[in-house]
Amino acid sequence: MTTHHPDSEGAPVGRRLVLGMLGLGAAGVVGAPYLQRGLESFLGAASDKDPTGLSGLLPNGGGFRYYSVASSVPRKTEQSYRLTVDGLVDRPATYTLDALRNLPQTRVVRDVQCVTGWRVPDTAFSGVKLSLLLDAAGVRPQGKAIRFTCFDGTYSESLTLPQARRDDVLVCLRMQDKPVSHSHGGPVRLYVAPMYFYKSAKWLSGITVTSDVQPGYWEERGYDVDAWVGRSNGRSDTPTV
Amino acid sequence: MTSTPGSAGPTAAATPPPSERPPRVRRFSRAERWVHRTTAALMLLCVATAAALYVPQIAELVGRRYLVVTVHEWSGLLLPVPFLLGLCSRAFRADLRRLNRFGRHDRTWLRAVGRRDHRPESRPAGKFNAGQKVYSAWIAGAVLVMLATGLLMWFTSLAPLVWRTSATFVHDWLSLAVGIVLFGHIGMALADPESRRGMRTGSVERPWAEREHPLWLKDE
Repeated sequence: MTTHHPDSEGAPVGRRLVLGMLGLGAAGVVGAPYLQRGLESFLGAASDKDPTGLSGLLPNGGGFRYYSVASSVPRKTEQSYRLTVDGLVDRPATYTLDALRNLPQTRVVRDVQCVTGWRVPDTAFSGVKLSLLLDAAGVRPQGKAIRFTCFDGTYSESLTLPQARRDDVLVCLRMQDKPVSHSHGGPVRLYVAPMYFYKSAKWLSGITVTSDVQPGYWEERGYDVDAWVGRSNGRSDTPTV
Repeated sequence: MTSTPGSAGPTAAATPPPSERPPRVRRFSRAERWVHRTTAALMLLCVATAAALYVPQIAELVGRRYLVVTVHEWSGLLLPVPFLLGLCSRAFRADLRRLNRFGRHDRTWLRAVGRRDHRPESRPAGKFNAGQKVYSAWIAGAVLVMLATGLLMWFTSLAPLVWRTSATFVHDWLSLAVGIVLFGHIGMALADPESRRGMRTGSVERPWAEREHPLWLKDE
C-alpha cells in the first residue's frame, strides 16, 4: 500500500499561495496611495447615499471615528453641565451651557485631521474663543500653559498659553452646525484647529491655568505635545490651517 | 486457565477471524490540537479587540481605548507562536507537508466546487481536502501580512510615514477579508460535528473519514 501517496505528491501550491499573499500584501502597501484615493472618493460618495449606515463600517468609509479612553462616559444635560476655569487666574469661574451660549460665538470651518490618518474635510465648529474665557478669568503672570480635563474622568489635554490664545481655538458648542452630540464629545468639547484632533478634547469640563505644560493622556503615551498638523508625530499631512 | 464455552484448542487459533477495524481513527495529535486551540483563542482576541477599535457602536460600548489597543497588539504579535512551537511536533510537520501538496485529486475537488457538485465520489480528498489546503495557506499568508503591516503601524519609527499610511490601508482592508474567511471557517466547522470532534478529541469515526477523506486511510 506504500506505492501510492495521494497526500505527498503534487505541486507545492500551499507554499505558492502563502508567498502569493505576501506578494499581494507588499503590492498593496506600494499601491495604497493610489488605491486609497480612488476608494475614498467612491466610498465617500456611496456613504452620502447610504440610508443603512453600513458603509460607515468599511475601512476609509469617510467621516469621523469614535475614540474614547474611558470605560463609559456619563451624559451631561443642559442642567448638569458645568465648565470650570481655575488655576493661576484672578477670577475663577464656572459656566453653565446657557452662560457659554450668551458669550460671543465664533464659527471656524477647517479640515479635521486625526493622527491615525483619517481626515474629514470642511467641518464647521462654533463656540466661544478660549482666549475670551482666559481674559475674563485674568491669567496671572506666572500662568504659562493650560491643562484641560474632561468629565469622562480620564482624558486630559494641554496647550501653551500662546497656543491657547489663537483665534481658531474654541470651546466648542456646535459641530457641523448642530449641537455637539454626546459621541462627538458634547455638550462641550475643545477645538484646536491647527493641531491633530487628539488635542481637541471631548467632554470638556475643566480649564486650569498652570505654570508649565502638563502632558495630556495620549502625550503621556508617546504622542507629541505640540501637535501641529503636518509638523509633528512623524507625519506630513497637509496642514489644516 | 479454565476453559470457557466456545474456546477452542490451538488448532482452531491458526485462522483467526479478521480483527474488527477500530471504530475511530486518529486524526490529530495532542500537540496539533493545542496549536489549533491557542491559535484560535489568540485569533478571536484579535478579532474581538479589532471590532472594539473599529466598529463605532462597539467602540462606544467598550471604550478603554488604550487597554484594547494593547491587547490587540500583543494577541497579534503572539499569533504565530503556537505554529512555531508546533514545528517541534512530527505529526504537525507531517500535516503541513500534506497541506502544502496539491495533487490531481485536489484539482478534481476544486472543479466539483465550481460545479456545485456535492457528491462524495466527485470530491476526492486525502487527509485534507483542497478547500482546507487553500484556506490554511491563505490564512497563513494573510496573518503574515497583518503582522508585518501591524508592526509598521505599531513601531512608528520603523518606516517613513507614507509606508505607515499604506500599511494601515492594507491592514484595514485585509482585516475585513480575514473576518469574512474566518466566519466561513467557523461556519463549516459548525456544520460538521464529526469534523469538530476530530479537532476536539483527536479522532474521528472511520465511516466519516472514508466518506470525507477517501484517499487518506488508503495511504496509511
